[in-house]
Amino acid sequence: MDDRVDTKRRRFLTKVTVAAWAVGGTVAAFPFIRSMTPSERARAAGAPVAIDISRLEPGQMIKEEWRGKPVWIVRRTTEMLDKLMTLDDLLADPGSERSDQPAYAQNPHRSRMPEVLVMIGVCTHLGCSPVQNFAIGPASGLGDDWPGGFFCPCHGSKFDLSGRVYKNVPAPTNLVVPPYKFLNDTLILVGEDDGGTA
Amino acid sequence: MIRVLNWIDERFPVRQLWNEHLAHYYAPKNFNFWYYFGSLAILVFVIQIVTGIFLTMHYKPSSEHAFASVEYIMRDVPWGWLIRYMHAVGASAFFVIIYLHMFRALLYGSHREPRELVWLLGCIMYVLLMAEAFMGYLLPWGNMSYWGAQVIISLFTAIPWAGDALAEWLRGDFVVSDATLNRFFAFHVALIPLVLTGLVVIHILALHAVGSNNPDGIEIKKIKDEDGNPKDGIPFHPYYTVKDLFGAVVFLIVFLGVVFFIPELFGLFLEKDNFQPASILQTPSDIVPLWYFTPFYSILRAVTYPLFGIDAKFWGVVCMGLSIVLFFLLPWLDRSPVKSIRYRGWMYKTALTLFTISFIVLGYLGMKNPQHVDLFWFPNLVWAQFLFFIYFGFFLLMPLYTKWDKTKPEPERVTFK
Amino acid sequence: MKRLAVFLLLVTSAPGSMAASENLPLDSVYINLSDKASLQRGARLFVNYCLSCHSAAYMRYRRMAKDLDISEELLKENLMFAGDKPGDLMRTTMPADYAKNWFGVVPPDLTLIARVRKPDWIFTYLRSFYLDESSPSGWNNSLFENVAMPHVLYGLQGNQRLVSKNGADNGKPVFTLEKAGTMAPEEYDNAVRDLTNFLVYLGEPVKLDRYLLGVFVMLFLGGLLVLSYLLKKEYWKDLH
Repeated sequence: MDDRVDTKRRRFLTKVTVAAWAVGGTVAAFPFIRSMTPSERARAAGAPVAIDISRLEPGQMIKEEWRGKPVWIVRRTTEMLDKLMTLDDLLADPGSERSDQPAYAQNPHRSRMPEVLVMIGVCTHLGCSPVQNFAIGPASGLGDDWPGGFFCPCHGSKFDLSGRVYKNVPAPTNLVVPPYKFLNDTLILVGEDDGGTA
Repeated sequence: MIRVLNWIDERFPVRQLWNEHLAHYYAPKNFNFWYYFGSLAILVFVIQIVTGIFLTMHYKPSSEHAFASVEYIMRDVPWGWLIRYMHAVGASAFFVIIYLHMFRALLYGSHREPRELVWLLGCIMYVLLMAEAFMGYLLPWGNMSYWGAQVIISLFTAIPWAGDALAEWLRGDFVVSDATLNRFFAFHVALIPLVLTGLVVIHILALHAVGSNNPDGIEIKKIKDEDGNPKDGIPFHPYYTVKDLFGAVVFLIVFLGVVFFIPELFGLFLEKDNFQPASILQTPSDIVPLWYFTPFYSILRAVTYPLFGIDAKFWGVVCMGLSIVLFFLLPWLDRSPVKSIRYRGWMYKTALTLFTISFIVLGYLGMKNPQHVDLFWFPNLVWAQFLFFIYFGFFLLMPLYTKWDKTKPEPERVTFK
Repeated sequence: MKRLAVFLLLVTSAPGSMAASENLPLDSVYINLSDKASLQRGARLFVNYCLSCHSAAYMRYRRMAKDLDISEELLKENLMFAGDKPGDLMRTTMPADYAKNWFGVVPPDLTLIARVRKPDWIFTYLRSFYLDESSPSGWNNSLFENVAMPHVLYGLQGNQRLVSKNGADNGKPVFTLEKAGTMAPEEYDNAVRDLTNFLVYLGEPVKLDRYLLGVFVMLFLGGLLVLSYLLKKEYWKDLH
C-alpha cells in the first residue's frame, strides 16, 4: 500500500458495505425460513373443529381430532368433580400455574363449564396418548386409592380427571387445554375462543 | 477468534487455502467486463442449490401430484412463489451467464494452451447443466414439460438398433410417465448437482494451477518481480473480491428485476402451455424447448435430407450432437499463434462475428415454426439450413483460417489504463 | 415407421387447431388488479356461473376473501357452497364423470386459465357465443369453434346469432341480438371485464405484492450498488 491510501476511508467503506451485504443476506434468509412454517393447507386442515356433545352421558368420554391431535371431551359427574377438590396434596401442579391452558381453564376443573372437560390427549412427557381409567380403587389396577383419571402406558405418568399431573411421575406439567368455546349448549368449537383463532 | 483459527489451522490448512486461492492468488490486473461471469456463475449456482433445496421440501415428484404441488408452492406455502420464481428464472440466468462466460474464452483464447483442461472441464459442466435444466423442466409436469421430454427422449430412438430400447430404458416406460418423472427428480436434485459441485471445484483448482488468462492473451507469469509474483498480477483478494462484489449487485438487480416484475419474460422463461397440466390427449400447438436449447434444436430440425440410405432424423441427431461436441475440440482446432482477439487478423474476427450471429439467429428460429417466414424472403427452415453451414464452418474451417490469418505482435506487458 | 412419423410431426410442429384460433382478432380488455370492486363483482360471477362446472382447485376461498377485502360473513353467505369451509379449495360440486357424460370433456380447471390464455382471449371468448342448432349444446363460439361449453351467461347477454364470421372491421365477427338478456350490451361487457379481471387475479394472486416488494428490493440494491462501487474504486486506487 502506498502513502496516498486513505486507510480511514477505506476501513469505513469496507465496514459499511459489509454491513449492508449482511443486512441484505439476513432479510433474504427470511422468506426461506418462513417457507418452513405451516402452509395455508396445513392451516386449513388445522381449522377449528365443531364437536357435538348432545349425546355425551355423564361419566363418559369422546375422542375427536383437531390438528392431528386427539381431543378428549369428558362429561364429569358431580362425584367426580367433588373428588377433584381433595387431591391437591398428590398433584405436582394443582393450581395449573406451570401448565398450558387458556385463562378460563385455570381452575380445579380446568374447563369453562365445570362438568365438561375439553383437553388435548397428548402426554406432556414425550407425546404418547394416555389411556382413560375411570375405575375407582382396586378395580383400576392402579392401586387402592386411585380416584379415576388418565394413565400414560409409555412411561407411567398419571393424571386426574382434570388432566392434572401427579407428583413423582415423568410428565412435568398438566395436560394441555386447547382454546375452545361453546357455540350453544351442546356444540363446542375447538381451536377458537373469544381471543381469536389458535 | 485467532486462537480458534490457529487451533483449526494446525489440523486443516485454512490459511494456506485462503492464501493460495484468494489472498496470494495473483490474477492479471487488466480483467474487463467479460471476467465477471465466472464468479457470477458460482453465485447463480448457489442460488439454484438453495432455492432448489427449499422447493424440494414442498414439491411432490409424482405424475398425480406434481403439477398441483407446484401451484401449492405458488399459493399456499409462505413465500413459496418467490422461491419458485427465483429457481425458474435462475435456470435461464445460469445459461445467460454460462454463454457469456464461454464467449469470453472465444474472445481472448482462454481455452488455448495451457488451459485446455480448464476448458474441457467447463464443457463437461455445460453438458451436465443442459441435462440438469432438461430434467428440471419436466418436474412441474405442465403440458410443455411433458411433450418437451417426450420429444427429446425420442431423439434417442434415432440410434440404430439400440435406440428404441435405450429410450424405453431412459423413460422406464413406453411413454414419459410417473417413472420418468421420479427418476428425473432423482437426477435433478441429487446426482447432477453433486457431480457439478465437484467439477466446479476441480475447474477452479485447474485454473489456479495454470493461472488466469486475460484480455491480452499473454502469460503474466513470464515476467515476475523480485518476490516471484507476476508484475502484471494483483492479489485476487481484495482487488477482485471487491470488484466481483460490485458485479454481483449488478447481476442481482437484473436477476431480481426479472423475478419480481417479469418472471415469465413474455413466455421465454415460463411458457404459457406449462400452466396447464400434462395431458397425453392434447399436444401443445408448437412444442419448443426453452430458449437455451433452441440453437441446437434448430440444427436438429435443419437436417431434412436422408444420406447414405439412413433417414434424416438420424443425421439431425448426429449433427445436433456434433454441434456440442465441437466445443470440446476448440483448443486443438485453433492454430493461431496469438490467443486474444486484439491481436488476431480479420479472418478470425469475421468468423467469430458470423458464428455469434448464427448462434443467436438459430436460437431465435428454434422457437418458431419452420414453415413460417419470420425473417425475410425465405421460410425459417431455409434460414436455419443456411446458418447451419456458418455454425459448422466456424469450427471445421478453424484450422485453416486461424493459420492463414495475419496476426499482430503481442505486447510484453498487459494493456492497463 | 409410425414412431418416426409421430416424431417428425412433433419436431416440425404443424400448427394445430388451437394455433388457428389464436390468430383470430381479439377485443382488448383493460385489466386492473387494484380495482377491488371489479374483482369482487368478478368473483361473484365466477362463483355463480363458472364454479358449478369448473374448479379452481389450486385456490382457497379464504385467500380470495382476504385479497379482495371480502368479509368472512359475506364469503360464507354469497360465495361458498354449503358445507365448504373458508380454508377449502374452490372445487366444483359437479363430479368429473358426470361432466364428461354431459359435455364430452371434463371442464378444465380455471385457476390458471388467464396464464394459459391471454386476458383478451378470455374477454373475447365470453362475448362470442351464438345460437347454433347444429351443435350438441345448441351454442357455438366464433373464437373457439365447436366448443363443448354452452353459453352459461346467456341470461345476462341474451341470445346472439352470427351474421358474418369476419364481416366487421379487422375481420371481427358480426352478431345480432335475437333476444335481449337482463343486461344491456355495455353492462354485459363490463360484467365480462370484471370476470376476466378476476380470472387474471386468480392466475397469480400474489402479483401486486410481488410488484410492491420488487420496488423495495430494487431500492435496497440501488444503495448496495453505490456502496459496492465506492468500495471497489477505493481499493483500485492502489493500481493507478
